Amino acid sequence: MTMPSHAAGAPPHGAPHVAAKAVDWSGSLRDAGFAAFVALLLTVPLVGLRTIDRPTGLGIEARPEEVVASVLLVFFGRLGLGLIGQGLALPVLFLALAAAAVGLAIPLPTQVLRLVLVAGGGIIALRAAFAVTTHRSKLTLAERDRKMDRVAAQVQHATKYIAPVAFIGAVLLPMTPLADRQLLDIGILLLTYIMLGWGLNIVVGLAGLLDLGYVAFYAVGAYSYALLAHYFGLSFWVCLPLAGLLAAFSGVLLGFPVLRLRGDYFAIVTLGFGEIVRIILVNWYQFTGGPNGISGIPRPSFFGLAEFSRTPAEGMAAFHELFGLEFSPLHRIVFMYYLILALALAVNLFTLRIRKLPLGRAWEALREDEIASASLGINRTNMKLAAFAIAAMFGGFAGSFFATRQGFISPESFTFIESAIILAIVVLGGMGSQAGVVVATLLVIGLPEAFRELADYRMLAFGMGMVVIMLWRPRGLLAHRDPTILLHGGKKPATGGAAR
Amino acid sequence: MSAVTSTAMTDDKPLLSVEHLTMRFGGLVANNDVSFVARAGEITALIGPNGAGKTTLFNCVTGFYTPTVGRLTLRHSDGKEFLLERMPGYRIAQQAGVARTFQNIRLFGGMSVLENLIVAQHNKLMRASGFAIAGLLGLPTYRAAENEALELAKYWLDRVKLTEFADWEAGNLPYGAQRRLEIARAMCTEPVLLCLDEPAAGLNPRESGDLAEILTFIRDARNPNGRQTGVLLIEHDMSVVMRISDHVVVLDYGRKISDGDPNSVKNDPAVIRAYLGEDEDADLPPEIAADLSVSAPAAQKGA
Amino acid sequence: MEYFLQQLINGLSLGAIYGLIAIGYTMVYGIIGMINFAHGEIYMIGSFVALITFLALGALGITWVPLALVVMLAASMLFTSVYGWTVERIAYRPLRNSPRLAPLISAIGMSIFLQNYMQILQGARSKPLQPILPGNLTILDGAVSVSYVRLATIVLTLALMIGFTILINKTSLGRAQRACEQDKKMAGLLGVNVDRIISLTFVMGAALAAVAGMMVLLIYGVIDFYIGFLAGVKSFTAAVLGGVGSLPGAMLGGVVIGLIESFWSGYVGSEWKDVATFTLLVLVLIFRPTGLLGRPEIEKV
Repeated sequence: MTMPSHAAGAPPHGAPHVAAKAVDWSGSLRDAGFAAFVALLLTVPLVGLRTIDRPTGLGIEARPEEVVASVLLVFFGRLGLGLIGQGLALPVLFLALAAAAVGLAIPLPTQVLRLVLVAGGGIIALRAAFAVTTHRSKLTLAERDRKMDRVAAQVQHATKYIAPVAFIGAVLLPMTPLADRQLLDIGILLLTYIMLGWGLNIVVGLAGLLDLGYVAFYAVGAYSYALLAHYFGLSFWVCLPLAGLLAAFSGVLLGFPVLRLRGDYFAIVTLGFGEIVRIILVNWYQFTGGPNGISGIPRPSFFGLAEFSRTPAEGMAAFHELFGLEFSPLHRIVFMYYLILALALAVNLFTLRIRKLPLGRAWEALREDEIASASLGINRTNMKLAAFAIAAMFGGFAGSFFATRQGFISPESFTFIESAIILAIVVLGGMGSQAGVVVATLLVIGLPEAFRELADYRMLAFGMGMVVIMLWRPRGLLAHRDPTILLHGGKKPATGGAAR
Repeated sequence: MSAVTSTAMTDDKPLLSVEHLTMRFGGLVANNDVSFVARAGEITALIGPNGAGKTTLFNCVTGFYTPTVGRLTLRHSDGKEFLLERMPGYRIAQQAGVARTFQNIRLFGGMSVLENLIVAQHNKLMRASGFAIAGLLGLPTYRAAENEALELAKYWLDRVKLTEFADWEAGNLPYGAQRRLEIARAMCTEPVLLCLDEPAAGLNPRESGDLAEILTFIRDARNPNGRQTGVLLIEHDMSVVMRISDHVVVLDYGRKISDGDPNSVKNDPAVIRAYLGEDEDADLPPEIAADLSVSAPAAQKGA
Repeated sequence: MEYFLQQLINGLSLGAIYGLIAIGYTMVYGIIGMINFAHGEIYMIGSFVALITFLALGALGITWVPLALVVMLAASMLFTSVYGWTVERIAYRPLRNSPRLAPLISAIGMSIFLQNYMQILQGARSKPLQPILPGNLTILDGAVSVSYVRLATIVLTLALMIGFTILINKTSLGRAQRACEQDKKMAGLLGVNVDRIISLTFVMGAALAAVAGMMVLLIYGVIDFYIGFLAGVKSFTAAVLGGVGSLPGAMLGGVVIGLIESFWSGYVGSEWKDVATFTLLVLVLIFRPTGLLGRPEIEKV
């Protein structure tokens, strides 16, 4: 565990003129000492003592240096934060920078220690620099929220210009010389998550239903295609709509009994459903292949006209011959890339349009206040079912794309953590924000792809990131809502002074 | 119990009749055999001390609760009848045309003022958008319906003096404006019966004056097919009740204790007892005494 | 019949474990109205602390079993409580007045973090442990044998439950806790330190979960960093089944889940036992969302 950045004691809450007050050394030391003591208790059993597998059974190994290091880091970090609030920002700034520099320059026993030292020093230095320039130790949550809201509003308005550029960039990407197999693979991965995020955004962002089992529909889509292809030999283009329909149908089936449940009960039940689907996939091995999954899932053809192989099957043309091109295995990847790009954009267009229609407005009204919605004659169950089924359908499309792209699926790909990742994309980006989903996908999926050597720490950082972003901005990074219809045009700031 | 002595401008069939309504929660009897009628083109006020069962009765009429016993009949001017106790809540709003507001305001706070009013016309628009399909395709039928909805919203925005705030987030409006918006939102469903749960709560005298004006306008206005709206009102502010209501029903401990025009109710000994307790000579706090003796001059002061 | 009794006892001890975890869910839900998604991870940490304590004692040469067990129990409860306290302090307290979903997301993040934290520190392989408390009590002429560990689990849980009920019902701390559950604002106005009570709720929940973690280690003799997720969801089911906010309900729910699982494995087959639990969760939430012992809730308008 790293620094408890808000540990006990009452730190002075950013009073504007802290510089005038004398520094409360004993208070700060006591506060930092307490934080260090907590850190000691946290680290002694789990960090300080490690179990190791020995041929004779479990053994144990002491790592006192790591305990000492973390306790010291917490102590000085906490002390530094405390002193920033008391007018000593400048010295703290230098010391923190020095610590970060030490972390960079001097060889340390472990990489993690270096990372913590550099990152911790950097964060404290930033806070100190902020305090030096503004004479404030930190912003209150409300101030920060308002600031971020303005940023989000600007981003939202900038999207008008950024989105077409990004779209053209995405379309042109495979034609640039940069586009090797690896880059396209990452592009496909990112687009798959963007599509899933946009799909889930309909349920979570618009209708306000916290669905922790979205991966179930992804699984239904993937298995629908794999099984239909396996047992009936149907092609991808026949199966894609079928998979969407089956997923939507399962959405209705699951949604019907549970949609009247309250928020967090609903979340847990959807989690339960997600697990049930996965357990069924594992245990019904006669039908689904069990834990081994299904392999040899056929690749899609070029709209049923041609195949992406050097030697196509009987009666089929080869793609490269059809277009008179040199054969390249990259053709299929490029085609896949465009396919998922089109699917994702379809979801996005749907959401943008539906927000301006009564169905979408009813979803948002339900998110805001269910009882008021019912008093206006809105059929709660049907509206929620529609949201659930539509989002499930998009999940199903994404699932069958996943199956055909991988050529192999197993229940491993559809665990709870996958649902949590998709949900994190939606929530971190800012619920209901389409641009937020893209930004969050780049953060959550793109960053770890870029730092593959730190793969072990990927999920650790992911969990921590979810907590930190929630603490820092509970509504999500780019949460901002523009009205779907304006009376006075765009002349005035539409939110009317976002004094929430 | 005095007879109904309203200005009887409507036909003899009342808009809403409540018959023998009883609502129990476990052992608690919130409403006990309550019967009364409310007419179109009239303001029917429902008063009574705290805990008398007014809001429960409201929730039965608007379908949030299903009454234990009793019959609630709503009659449209074209003769259609609805048995409200048999309908789920959203259908009462959708088909029977009963709209309501809430004691603690329930707006769609994150949506704009205008959007609140458009959402209120959900069912009409939903049909016009072909359950979203025609809307997704952008067919002209839907666009026409949306323009019509926008006109109605503008009309009510103007009525409640919120036009300049149309694009604000509803949650950012001042309190009094939120109350007015909630009424406008209910009216955008084009109801035959409007149920208001303490609309004047928390308003200052000037704002309650505006409110009274809006309510009398709603009562007196006729929609294009000559139909009038009935208003059912729960209110604690006696100055508002006495000034604008045509018919007052008094509840106490879940029972109806008085029913009639404002003047007769005001002088009904049962009502005085309910508000003051048995001992009429006890020292009253001055504000209660003032509320009780509200008469025409006091009401004018309030405006 | 013997087989039935055997399953009954297995189910009761398993149920005791679920019940102990469920109390943490139900108390936290009662007081701040959030699902502490990381609670399963707290239980997992308790289990690991117990394991590490045992190994450390072994390394120090302390092998007298009763002493080892007591030290394990104490260490596990102490250190796990600190984790419970810290999680609340870092991830939930700053979100006290945020939109409703924010603490739940934060809790999910915390759960993922703690799982991977443990995986990185202690390794992903499952940790086997030789039986510490071997031996069986045989009854009915040897037809039914009950391991001492399972017996100890049931007895210890009963003792903890009695102590805990007294704590909640008779002490001023318990009174403050119940007051905060009813109305935090009012309790605060009357001089109750609400933050402290909430912290204590997390600490108590974590301590009970730690006991459950240690008992699981003793009964099954193998743990890994992933045990928290499933146990967490099932215990939450137990809390919901018993009625969220009700302590006896949580225990009852735990026992019901434990029995269902045990009999299902015994008579139907163990592959589908998780489906049985999840289906039960769904059915309870749909048909009796207030649980077996919960207060009915009316939609407030």
